[in-house]
Amino acid sequence: MWPEPRALAAILGMALATYATRAGGVWLLGRTRPSRLLTVWLNQLPGAILVVLVAPAVLAAGFAGVIAGACTALVAARTRNIALALVAGVVALWVMRRIG
Amino acid sequence: MRACLPVAVSVFAYGAVYGALARAAGLTLAEALWSSALVFAGSAQFAALGLWTTPLPVVALILTTLVINLRHLLLGAAIRDRFAGWSPRATYGALFFLVDENWALTTATSAGGGFLAGSGLVLYVAWVGATLTGALVGGALPDPTRFGLDFAFPAVIIALATSLWRGRSTLLPWAVAAISACLVARWLPGGWPILLGGLAGSTVGAWREVARDVA
Repeated sequence: MWPEPRALAAILGMALATYATRAGGVWLLGRTRPSRLLTVWLNQLPGAILVVLVAPAVLAAGFAGVIAGACTALVAARTRNIALALVAGVVALWVMRRIG
Repeated sequence: MRACLPVAVSVFAYGAVYGALARAAGLTLAEALWSSALVFAGSAQFAALGLWTTPLPVVALILTTLVINLRHLLLGAAIRDRFAGWSPRATYGALFFLVDENWALTTATSAGGGFLAGSGLVLYVAWVGATLTGALVGGALPDPTRFGLDFAFPAVIIALATSLWRGRSTLLPWAVAAISACLVARWLPGGWPILLGGLAGSTVGAWREVARDVA
């Protein structure tokens, strides 16, 4: 079950590069006491990244994606229940695709 | 932990697609499995399939992976306080399991590093098991878009983002993030839109918050 050497080198290189990015964020900040500006910026990061993670997927699904995204956000804001919001989004997209 | 189950199902669906496409792209079963087990990064692995030619462009594969995954630097930075009191060994072990999905679940709640590692392990098992399934079953798999399952991960992210919404002050940084990500995506591939969009949005948000302090 071993890949040939060139493929193994590629996979190991990809694995190391990926792990470096996973550990790097904590490692870089681990030895410094963050300034006020850095703290404020770090607090802003999660929301901004969630938005960029989701924006392309919603737009790629077109009008159906925008409607499904709105349904998900609405149910999430009303119920604070992730599972329910998930079902609402998936069902909305499925329905939009059936009728679209 | 319950919240991570629907996400694990969506990860499994995509892992199975990865396994099937990997075989179609000419990877052996071993190569597909080792990729999922060691790299454990969906978007980078999918991108690598497009580069998997003979002879194998090893440097291009590694650099592409690095660029796509640079966003992890931001993810790690944003949750570093969840590892307060952890030994370096435990922290850097847990970080192997950092992916978009469990990071999103962790950052939007008060969950600690233990949740990140535990849910990451669940997703890891799903991803590797799905790769095996997809590689063996291949073309017989149903298309996840048929059931709207491709929307499972975006839907969870939207639900989590909703909980981070702080009223009108959130609008500008989020709009800047989304618009700049979409603009960057027109010229640069892979991880750049997420990295640059995330940096732009958070910087605008931080700048406004600090400006308000001073005023």
